[in-house]
Amino acid sequence: MSPILRKLSRDLPAMLGLGIVLFVLVIAIFGPMLAPYPEDAAASHLTRRLKPPSAAFPFGTDNLGRDIFSRVILGARGALSIALTVVSTAMLIGVPLGLIAGYRGGWVSEGIMRVTDVVLAIPQLVLALALAQLMSPSLESAMLALSLTYWPYFTRIVYAETRRLSASLFVDALRGIGAGSGRIVFLHILPNALSPVIVRATIGLGFTILVAAVLGFLGMGATPPAPDWGLAIAESRTYLPRAWWYATFPGLAILITVMGFNLLGDGLRDIVDPRIRRSR
Amino acid sequence: MLRFVVRRCLLVLPSLLGLLVVTFLLIRVVPSDPAVAMAGDAATPEQIERLRQQYGLNRPIWEQFVSYVGKVATLDLGESAFSRRPVAVDIAQRLPATLMLTFCALAISVFVGVPLGVIAGLSHNAWPDYLLRVFSVMGIAVAAFWFAIMLQLLFSMELGWLPLRGEISATIPRPPRITGFMVIDAMIAGRFDVVADALRHLVLPAVTLSLGGLATIVRFTRAGVLDTMQQDFVFYERAMGYRRWRLNWIYVLRNSVTATVTQIGLLFGGLIAGGVVVESIFDWPGIGSYTVQAILTGDRQVMLAVTLLVGVVYAAVNILTDLVHGVLDPRLMERG
Repeated sequence: MSPILRKLSRDLPAMLGLGIVLFVLVIAIFGPMLAPYPEDAAASHLTRRLKPPSAAFPFGTDNLGRDIFSRVILGARGALSIALTVVSTAMLIGVPLGLIAGYRGGWVSEGIMRVTDVVLAIPQLVLALALAQLMSPSLESAMLALSLTYWPYFTRIVYAETRRLSASLFVDALRGIGAGSGRIVFLHILPNALSPVIVRATIGLGFTILVAAVLGFLGMGATPPAPDWGLAIAESRTYLPRAWWYATFPGLAILITVMGFNLLGDGLRDIVDPRIRRSR
Repeated sequence: MLRFVVRRCLLVLPSLLGLLVVTFLLIRVVPSDPAVAMAGDAATPEQIERLRQQYGLNRPIWEQFVSYVGKVATLDLGESAFSRRPVAVDIAQRLPATLMLTFCALAISVFVGVPLGVIAGLSHNAWPDYLLRVFSVMGIAVAAFWFAIMLQLLFSMELGWLPLRGEISATIPRPPRITGFMVIDAMIAGRFDVVADALRHLVLPAVTLSLGGLATIVRFTRAGVLDTMQQDFVFYERAMGYRRWRLNWIYVLRNSVTATVTQIGLLFGGLIAGGVVVESIFDWPGIGSYTVQAILTGDRQVMLAVTLLVGVVYAAVNILTDLVHGVLDPRLMERG
């Protein structure tokens, strides 16, 4: 067992987080096989509208008679794929920019870091909402908007790491034996700067699920009849307080999933850098 | 002191200029042709051309930018396509409600979060600590809009203790608008029943909005206390027989809150973003619900103005945070 896994296995909250993340991953992959009524992603059964939780429908049914338990399970795939797409796109933009800014210095670096500051100066949700609206609301624009507002976090981390590493002895040695900038940056600095990036990405996955749910809730993300958790909560509002289960269970799904990623991210952070205090 | 303040203010200027560029690009470049977008699908080419003339969209882009900056500097933020009123007027009217809500949420976060954080830190690895750690992880992971609905479900719909939405009951006549802050206006009018009603309306939105910040503050205060407890002066003062209470809640606390203060500054971003969601759920007549309305109706001028406002507030809060740091730790101010 690698030392990282061994350390992680001693951290109970982090293991809980890992467990949740793996659980959600399994549900996302095998959702249609696990859900009792997989056809309820789109079908509607008007004869069994808004039924409270029972043995047949553990989480009750919604306004179109669809099994909420099945839809919560089916929603995992959407939530995870949005989060993965957004975070990896943000990494693809943010990491190279951070590497360039950190290694080059001068006006290129200044320019990149000032833009980063400006984007970070606006709360992500507000900027993402504005962007998504301007690109005409759809799931794709929501994902693009979230990516375009999340990359600065990676740029900032990679920038700091690259600055630190490019002053180190091994980089000097590489320059001495005539290695090119591209080789030094991508083959030697990047692997060494990766661990804080992975920590950020883990927490970012949870955070993105949360913000994507807000976008879905406000009608700027997933569109009906998609089994999206945020969208389901928005749809449920008309049927409250009678159908309390309609809003409750999708929200719990969001809570548990995001908690899993946060706990895992915190645990990884403690391993990567025990000095950094726990934060979002 | 003055040099410190001036320096911090100057450092913000490039960011503000950048903010202007970003918002300008958002509205002028993201849609391929803003005139077409503004005119709608049924517009004739002549109408589009007229719009282009009216908004100066046919001039070179840098000229448009300069006139945009000039307008912003004179608080001319354009007209809302939805309310047909100047955006600056709308914002000024809605700002007090948002300030009131944000202030209450922040107060809850700080006055509940700091003591809880100290308790967690003092009872390190005992059950209050475990409990508070679970709570702080959940507080960050919970979707505010869902939490708001759960609170409404329990306290308004089931128990009927607190009002469901709005700033004040529809049956109660509004006090004359003087400051714009409902609670203060009601006090001035001498209507304490209205004050009570307004306060009851504040509870659920403020609690919802405070949750994320509360969790963050508990976490950072706990970490700060754990750090401080290991310092020599605590050991010394304990050996000298200082009262436990005085030691923990004055000397330890003061040395533990530096990181928390930074977090309170950073929380503003979350409070503004959270306000967008919370206000629209509770029909709170502030900037947040204005933003959602603007986004849903595609009211570009308003979106632009709000983004700008948020950026400026954020910059101002950052300066303020630095100042509080300077007061807590005068060494920082010496260095400028």
